[in-house]
Amino acid sequence: MIEVNNVHKKFNQKVVLKGIHLKISKGEIFGLLGPSGAGKTTLIKILTGQLEFEEGSVKILNKSVKELTGEDRKKLGIMMEQFGLYDRFSCMDNLKIFAEIYRIPYNKVKESLSMVGLEAAAKIPACKLSKGMRSRLQLARVFMHTPQIIFLDEPTSGLDPATSRAIHQMIIAKKEEGCTIFLTTHDMEEATKLCDHVALLNEGKIVEYGSPQEICTKYNHQKRIRLRLYDGRNLDFAHAKDSASEIYSLLLKEQVETIHSSEPNLETVFLELTGRCLQDNE
Amino acid sequence: MRNICIIFKKQLKDTLKNKTILIQFILFPLMTVVMENSIQLEGMAEHFFAKLFSIMYIGMAPLAAVSSIISEEKEKNTLRVLIMANVKPWQYLMGIGLYVWSICMLGAGVIGLATAFNHEQFIFFMSVMGLGFMISILAGAAVGILAHNQMMATSVVMPMMMVLSFLPMISMFNEKVEKVAKITYTGQLREILYNMSWDLILNNSIVVIGINAICFLALFTIAYRKNGLE
Ligand SMILES: Nc1ncnc2c1ncn2[C@@H]1O[C@H](COP(=O)(O)OP(=O)(O)OP(=O)(O)O)[C@@H](O)[C@H]1O
Ligand SMILES: [Mg+2]
Repeated sequence: MIEVNNVHKKFNQKVVLKGIHLKISKGEIFGLLGPSGAGKTTLIKILTGQLEFEEGSVKILNKSVKELTGEDRKKLGIMMEQFGLYDRFSCMDNLKIFAEIYRIPYNKVKESLSMVGLEAAAKIPACKLSKGMRSRLQLARVFMHTPQIIFLDEPTSGLDPATSRAIHQMIIAKKEEGCTIFLTTHDMEEATKLCDHVALLNEGKIVEYGSPQEICTKYNHQKRIRLRLYDGRNLDFAHAKDSASEIYSLLLKEQVETIHSSEPNLETVFLELTGRCLQDNE
Repeated sequence: MRNICIIFKKQLKDTLKNKTILIQFILFPLMTVVMENSIQLEGMAEHFFAKLFSIMYIGMAPLAAVSSIISEEKEKNTLRVLIMANVKPWQYLMGIGLYVWSICMLGAGVIGLATAFNHEQFIFFMSVMGLGFMISILAGAAVGILAHNQMMATSVVMPMMMVLSFLPMISMFNEKVEKVAKITYTGQLREILYNMSWDLILNNSIVVIGINAICFLALFTIAYRKNGLE
């Protein structure tokens, strides 16, 4: 669905993307992670043809991105933080403008509005919406024309957990309809939960790629088990045969409150990788 | 064509909600109706106020409206969404231009009807107005494309409006100003309206108007090449 080969991008003299390779197949949720300024938004802009690039190639919908026609563009759904709404128009009118452009029937507009839970707000002007409602309205606009590939730039940044979860559900529903989804996020938990594959982008390079599970396992250097006892103590054990009997006896004595294997999560991997890269450059 | 209509309709819907633009459209027709019907001075030229305000209307409303519409859509990033939805830049610009032109012509119609023009004069008046609005829209679009936000657009368009609408007015009282005003299309249109005939076309009127139009078209093209609708 999306193939990125050796893409380089410079702004003036500043190199922002340094040889990006990516392959995203149909029907998957792909997460692009990376610290602020890593070039995530820049990459989305390149993939959606909003930005030129110097070197490399991008194939999308089996075509070079530079050859996308208007009809092809209609198969993409894009939500970026910079994408605006008509502030003086109601939610419904905001969607209607695009429904007309995409030739979408009216009942479909209502459907997508209720899907994001904004039916009650249909007549409220966009400038009076809360941040979460704005995001949901933007999502409704993206989903409305049933695109084949959806790009979401930080769809849940700054939203409360309930709204974020509602948005996650919508994203998963779209995946089940067969959409390919490309999203960026700072939220590692979100990435672990949602994405089939993630890539860690740091300073314009992809420093790690794989499923969240694979990545975590790969960086599981320590392989430790942590026990928390009822008396409040935390005990760390090497993740090995030697500890088995000790843990077993504690379990028998009913002293164990919780037991965890201390695998790294994406966040610790992320910090490890980006931290290391920062040091490398010094 | 379809997309042009959609933009046109969207803008029409916005008119009643957007007070700053609405006032621009209504102000001059309203003033004309009131002044034409209330003030009659000895020795005043025929349809003095109608002609005066019409020129100011040409020099202000379309400029302010077009530049503010385009720059607002750029500032709020709604234009980008339209473009990504495969609305072509020229379709967008046509939609906006047609919309502003139509509304202004409506305003001009009100002025024309409120003034005791005869049939022929009315048609003449409307065609002068139509021509003037077109050039103003071109100028407004150039500013809208050049400016990055509404603030910037307003600060550029203000002095332009001053020159285009006040110079012709002041030139009625001051010969020096008249010489300067003559190089603007509004100045020329004022004279055409004043004489109520195209005879001046045989003079250099049309040349000046043409040069004005070409200048704004060039400015527009340069702005568009440089900034696009980004
Ligand atoms: N139009 C531009 N002109 C010049 N530099 C730019 C431009 N857009 C982005 N950059 C630079 O490119 C780099 C990457 O920016 P980008 O917006 O892609 O980061 P990001 O990963 O999306 O960050 P964030 O997580 O904060 O959104 C930054 O250093 C930024 O300064
Ligand atoms: Mg970003």
